[in-house]
Amino acid sequence: MANKIIESADVHLFYGKNEALKGINMDFVENEITALIGPSGCGKSTYLRCLNRMNDLIDSAKVTGKFLLNGQDIYAPEMDTVKLRKEVGMVFQQPNPFPFSIYDNVIYGLRLSGIKDHRVLDEAVESSLKQAAVWDDVKDKLHESALSLSGGQQQRVCIARVLAVKPQVILMDEPTSALDPISSAKIENMLLELRQQYTIIMVTHNMHQASRISDKTAFFLQGELIEYAPTKKIFLNPTEKETEDYISGRFG
Amino acid sequence: MNAKKWDKVATAVLTGIAGLIVLLLACLLGYILVRGLPHVTWQFLTKPAQTFTKGGGIGVQLFNSFYLLILAMVISIPLSIGAGIYLAEYAPKNWVTNVVRTAIEVLSSLPSVVVGLFGFLVFVIQFKLGFSILAGALVLTVFNLPLLTRNVEDALKSIHFTQREAGLALGLSRYETVKHVVIPEALPNIITGMILGAGRVFGEAAALIYTAGQSAPSLDFTNWNPMYIASPLNPMRPAETLAVHIWKINSEGIMPDATAVSAGASAVLIIAVLLFNWLARVIGKRVYRKMTAA
Repeated sequence: MANKIIESADVHLFYGKNEALKGINMDFVENEITALIGPSGCGKSTYLRCLNRMNDLIDSAKVTGKFLLNGQDIYAPEMDTVKLRKEVGMVFQQPNPFPFSIYDNVIYGLRLSGIKDHRVLDEAVESSLKQAAVWDDVKDKLHESALSLSGGQQQRVCIARVLAVKPQVILMDEPTSALDPISSAKIENMLLELRQQYTIIMVTHNMHQASRISDKTAFFLQGELIEYAPTKKIFLNPTEKETEDYISGRFG
Repeated sequence: MNAKKWDKVATAVLTGIAGLIVLLLACLLGYILVRGLPHVTWQFLTKPAQTFTKGGGIGVQLFNSFYLLILAMVISIPLSIGAGIYLAEYAPKNWVTNVVRTAIEVLSSLPSVVVGLFGFLVFVIQFKLGFSILAGALVLTVFNLPLLTRNVEDALKSIHFTQREAGLALGLSRYETVKHVVIPEALPNIITGMILGAGRVFGEAAALIYTAGQSAPSLDFTNWNPMYIASPLNPMRPAETLAVHIWKINSEGIMPDATAVSAGASAVLIIAVLLFNWLARVIGKRVYRKMTAA
């Protein structure tokens, strides 16, 4: 039986009085890609951000429920969010490289954790950029600004930046929605490679993307998890009527 | 009339107004420079001022202006950066921080004469600093701090939220995110604001009349021991700055060439302020380029 890396049960999240998540139960298996789909405002991004406690930044957000990462309570008072976020990395919708050089972007996390050895850093830069399928684009200009790259390249550099810290889980919040189809395809292929070493949970609005690359798909609607099953089943033979309506575009 | 015509009229009127302002500024600058520059010589820039005879310079005043400026900036830069970071990154949204912000705004629009009188009562009389460079530097800090703090806060706030998220999501703590991501990105703007603030301080007169004093005792430029009474570095000596000197010559100057000295000093002051503005741009751009690509 595959290893459950993240478990969550009875997750409720309130923005003030507004209940954005209404009791979500979801577990994630190691080395799988899980896609979270659903209409805008359904809570899928909110749920994703619970997993590395990014919702802590929003004062009005209150989270209840159980979250375990390798059996450890993510929301335990003694949990160090800094450590947690090193284990659970995140890639955002808008490419957000720091306005430094490509090299400095990739090694940012490592350098701050105290690694100074140039050989180690150089190696990490090369392997992370290769894993993120952007090495060939940037290998001759590692010391130029990351902002000079195209959006697709920037996003892959951001992914490399996360990979360099060697997290166990990577959360992705619509990582390709701001990119052109060619860049998206590159990132999708890269994710399939990354699956061998990482567990990936991604929010996407692109059904085709979800069906192409994910192992499991979860359908969210108005703060509830309607259906969570292997991707094939969700797209070919969904149990719930809402899921079928949404996937076939008949959503009303 | 139709929209197209109105558009043309509006464009013409707005261009005219903008042109008028530029013309006004150009006339003012031109007048000061044309009248003053002929008097500016190396002698004029280095010699001490004369009270009764012709041929006095502005050497001491020029030195005083720069010394006072440096002291004031040394005090106000760390304070404003600390306050700005707190307000932009840490301050909770409540009435206390609102009061602080309002206070900063009020303080920044306080007339400098009032700031000067406050400095006179507090630093000169109460703290017994006398008319001194230190009292002057403190009052310039009071004068400059609100604007600098505001500048730092704005510079930090203009950094997009996604950058902070990126830092936090990488496992940086909040302080590390501020220190290693937000501040480096905001640094060019912060530096630009600091230099512009320096220009403002350099030209300030009213706040200094009652604090740094209106006399420029002759200095011994061979003795740099700050404890020595005639040392240029002694922070407890009175120090008339360039701007105060201009004001004083024009109100009670009795040297025969008062008009010429005043015109020359004004030209030097204007050039210094223009230099500060130019430096602000150049350094801001350069730092930005340096920060954004190694």
